Amino acid sequence: MFDFSVISQWLHNLLLSIVPEWAAILIESVLVALVIITLYAVFAIVLIYMERKICGFFQCRLGPNRVGKWGLLQVFADVFKMLQKEIIKMRQTDRFLHDLAPFFVVTASMLTFACLPWNKGAHMIDFNIGIFFILAVSSVGVVGILLAGWGSNSKYPLIGAMRSGAQIISYELSIGLTMLTMICLTGTMQISEIVEQQAAEGWNIFRGHVPALIAFVIYLIAGNAECNRGPFDLPEAESELTAGYHTEYSGMHFGYFYLAEYLNLFIAAGIASTIFLGGWAPLHIAGLDGFNGVMDAIPGIVWFLGKTFFVVFLFMWERWTLPRLRIDNILSLEWKYLMPISMANLVLMALVVAFKLYL
Amino acid sequence: MDSQNIMFIVLAVVITLSSVLTVVTRSIMRAATYLFFTLLGTAGLYFLMGYTFLGAVQVMVYAGGIIVLYVFAILLTRGTKDSLSENTKSKIILSAVLSLVGFGLAAYLIFIQQFKAEVLAAPNESVLTMQQIGTNMLSTDQGGYLLPFEAVSVLLLACIVAGLMIARKR
Repeated sequence: MFDFSVISQWLHNLLLSIVPEWAAILIESVLVALVIITLYAVFAIVLIYMERKICGFFQCRLGPNRVGKWGLLQVFADVFKMLQKEIIKMRQTDRFLHDLAPFFVVTASMLTFACLPWNKGAHMIDFNIGIFFILAVSSVGVVGILLAGWGSNSKYPLIGAMRSGAQIISYELSIGLTMLTMICLTGTMQISEIVEQQAAEGWNIFRGHVPALIAFVIYLIAGNAECNRGPFDLPEAESELTAGYHTEYSGMHFGYFYLAEYLNLFIAAGIASTIFLGGWAPLHIAGLDGFNGVMDAIPGIVWFLGKTFFVVFLFMWERWTLPRLRIDNILSLEWKYLMPISMANLVLMALVVAFKLYL
Repeated sequence: MDSQNIMFIVLAVVITLSSVLTVVTRSIMRAATYLFFTLLGTAGLYFLMGYTFLGAVQVMVYAGGIIVLYVFAILLTRGTKDSLSENTKSKIILSAVLSLVGFGLAAYLIFIQQFKAEVLAAPNESVLTMQQIGTNMLSTDQGGYLLPFEAVSVLLLACIVAGLMIARKR
């Protein structure tokens, strides 16, 4: 398997030979930040096109098909339109907080984005508490949403922000418990170690069989709710709240919320593919050496992106199939069903690990 | 001057400025936001020292918990009248005396303290592993934290039950 750390090590040594260490680290940090921002924008464009096409097919439509071949340039046209739009200034609002809110949301999403394992040796942030760090920084986004609701000084955003806050805080419990279940199996929280373990011993969803499968299904439900997407898109339910917490935003400030929504979807899928489906680890079947050799020849980033887009497709399938829930139904689904199930599942996984019943 | 010291200065400036802004701003919502920056800066200091677990807990508890709770409480309790009350003369004098005493105490402690700056020169992520923290948290040996840990969970349970009692339908 190709190890990306060869390239990063080479770059580090090259910079060290020219400039002192602190400058080398600074240059590397700026480079990594540029890479993150570029990837962020590129994936947002891909995901928005994918969402519109898949939504169209689920509703027996064609989706965008006028701008460019198969509507491929539609998203670029939308982006240019949004970049040109005026950022409106409203009276009787707290301008500072109103303009700050989108940056909270987008920063939280970028920090979690940087934790994803792209390839062997290609991690941007790799702490020994990786998964916990993801859970921690993703909670910064809630503050941004609440500030957006308050800073707009309008009823719809306020209701949307309250709903969103309640919903995200509730569903974070399920996400945390399912991740805890999988950490119980892997025994480490470091993302690179989790993936390397799966490359050596098989994907977690096969190793952990029944409890891992239950955790995966719960994660798929709670992940959609974390991203404020249907059937849990009440914070921005357009028929009752116009657009929820970003009703009063225009231009690129709205664009940041839009970007963060799609990238949060990608990040939720990326984390699912990391902790359940093995990240960049190729599919191995014990005994079939030729097959394993072919699978090893496929680069890790292809595996990671393939799995992630598969999970993104599952999320979109869920979104466009089910009708929207009511807010009390959403909260009772979490507190009365998902959380007890995931707690029982955690105990089940602990038993499986204690009696060494995993594969 | 290495990169770590530069980062420390940046974080220190952020923390100091936002702490001052937290207390001088007139809007309660802005105060909560500046407090949030202060807490994030503190988390940054922990990350700088290599205590990633503590840093993540700081972000999780303060950003995901306390600040969201503050903002929720502000949203739920008050409408447009979110500015602070007027300052009377006695209030100003009292707070000036209190802040001078606090400043003097903090400055005195800083100057008599022998700081071991060179001990923290090289940040190392593996000073304390997750396994060690978990084992200490649930051990009954010397230095184990099982009793405080359980006491805190009983306290939290009591809080939840009390919240349910207040919020239940009659």
